[in-house]
Amino acid sequence: MFRDRSFGDYAFTATNSLGLALLGFVTLFPFIHLLAISLNEPLDLIKGGITWLPRKLSWFNYDYVFSNKNLFRAAFVSIARTFVGTFLGVMCTAMIAYALSRREFIFRKPFNLYFVLTLYVNGGLIPGYLLIKQIGLMNNFWVYILPILVSAYNVMIMRSYFEQLPEGVVESAKIDGANDLQTLFRIIMPISMPVVATITLFIGVQHWNSWFDNYLYTSRSQSLSLMQYELMKVLLESVNQSAVTASSLNANNVAQLSPQSIRAALTIVVTVPILLVYPFLQKYFVKGITMSAMKE
Amino acid sequence: MRKVLTEHQPAAMRRPAVAKSRPLWRTLYLQRYLLLMTVPFVIWALIFSYGPLWGWIMAFQKYKLGLGIWHSPFVGLDNFKELFKDDDFYPALRNTLVMAVMNLVTGFVGAIVLALMLNEVKNKLFKRTIQTITYIPHFVSWVVIANIVITFLSPDGGMINAFLMKLGFIHEPIYFMTKEGFFWYIQTAANLWKEIGWSTIIYLAVLASLNPEHYEAADIDGASRFQKMRYISLPGIMPTAILLLIMSLGWLIQGGYESQYLLGNDVVSGHSEVLDLYALRYSTEIGDFSYGVAISMFKSFVSIVLVVAVNLFARKTQQSRLF
Repeated sequence: MFRDRSFGDYAFTATNSLGLALLGFVTLFPFIHLLAISLNEPLDLIKGGITWLPRKLSWFNYDYVFSNKNLFRAAFVSIARTFVGTFLGVMCTAMIAYALSRREFIFRKPFNLYFVLTLYVNGGLIPGYLLIKQIGLMNNFWVYILPILVSAYNVMIMRSYFEQLPEGVVESAKIDGANDLQTLFRIIMPISMPVVATITLFIGVQHWNSWFDNYLYTSRSQSLSLMQYELMKVLLESVNQSAVTASSLNANNVAQLSPQSIRAALTIVVTVPILLVYPFLQKYFVKGITMSAMKE
Repeated sequence: MRKVLTEHQPAAMRRPAVAKSRPLWRTLYLQRYLLLMTVPFVIWALIFSYGPLWGWIMAFQKYKLGLGIWHSPFVGLDNFKELFKDDDFYPALRNTLVMAVMNLVTGFVGAIVLALMLNEVKNKLFKRTIQTITYIPHFVSWVVIANIVITFLSPDGGMINAFLMKLGFIHEPIYFMTKEGFFWYIQTAANLWKEIGWSTIIYLAVLASLNPEHYEAADIDGASRFQKMRYISLPGIMPTAILLLIMSLGWLIQGGYESQYLLGNDVVSGHSEVLDLYALRYSTEIGDFSYGVAISMFKSFVSIVLVVAVNLFARKTQQSRLF
């Protein structure tokens, strides 16, 4: 019987590991494939057959992406947006979460309700659009930052983390003469790294990945264009092209460009920053999410 | 963790009692920093969350940009009547619901299966590697995902077509993105691929907190790995799974529009257009904002009904409720 079990065990482990390895492959492969396409010479790519590695290595596509003035500016706007938006977002989220986590705060209950309702109350696409128009945020950099400044979901994660910190931390800070702002930024935030890192990642990724607000509110001013939006434009152009005829591809060959190569290079440029940051934050966000979710 | 909470409960409970004996102005003064900290949020929510609700009036008006909300004529329920009469409305509603249900079911089952599989891995390094890899797509934008999907399914040189042709299943490349019948499945598969890893986080946490004695007892009884998974792990995560499922049921109609916008095109719009995109198209192409607002209101209405119904159901059937 023991033997039988250990064989079953072995078979189970093998099947399970194989399945998981396969999933890992399926997840990772598309990125490797795109990387290979982006590093391949565009004319050579048309012949097809690229899977893992570029056949004719060339930086041509990346040269094109970075020498293109519009794309370069878009990269700058995207980075600026991500930094400003994340900084302000994390600050605001932390302040609200801290205030709502203080049991003595007299507006704790009404503000909590006021704020949880924002999860359920949603004007919708068109009323939101008209509001932005009315308050003069059209074609304005701040339209990227202000409408998504705080999110109830992030505040809830942070609040429940703050709530389970020992009460003595805040009290001793108060005895030392710190006000609530000082307590939050000098004491609470440094000891809450898991949740601060989690929220920073969430907000940062949201800003970096946004394109719809660009499309809706700032598509007329090229100087505010974002990386994701530029990628989306290339994407939609080439979809329509390939849907019509293959001859448009040949027209591009003359100019030594293939939309597919440019798309791939842009995709890699847009993806790499996240891939660089996130492994370092992973252990934090798993902890941050788990702790706040388990409390419920 | 739970212990920490109870330990500090008494100190926390005492505080409001002390605060109550003070006059109001004194409390307000003492808490001036707390008040200051909530100011940005109170103003923000007033403008960006509650502000757009004012626009709902437009649903009952024949809104004209030049006249604004103050001067546009009221037309009662005309916009809604027109909405329900429109031939394009029902496909959009159907697409929204079908894709939402497909995403919900595949996501729910997929996350549970993956979490159970990951939970059985003894090698820490392998487990962490797989987790790290499967989280990645969650952090990538829909633009990138759409790009990947379109690159792989492309008729000229796309991997899927090349693969199928090499194996001899097909002789001509398939134009996946221009076949209406494929759209729902492509969208669902892309969504599953993007979110499956991410949605396991919570289940893995629950699995880690299950009582190890159950597994030990099962070992003594000679249960196989699969039996332990089936009779201990799965029932262990079910309460959490059910709670998450009914929570997302409430948001069924708010299925999002990003993926449908990016993956869709004119050829497949009959299967790709969801309510939000329909509203957007109507408002921008025809210039009829009232109509778009009416659609937004309809969605919110359905959503609220669903949330309340689901919550009522949850309260009746379980001890836990959502709000």
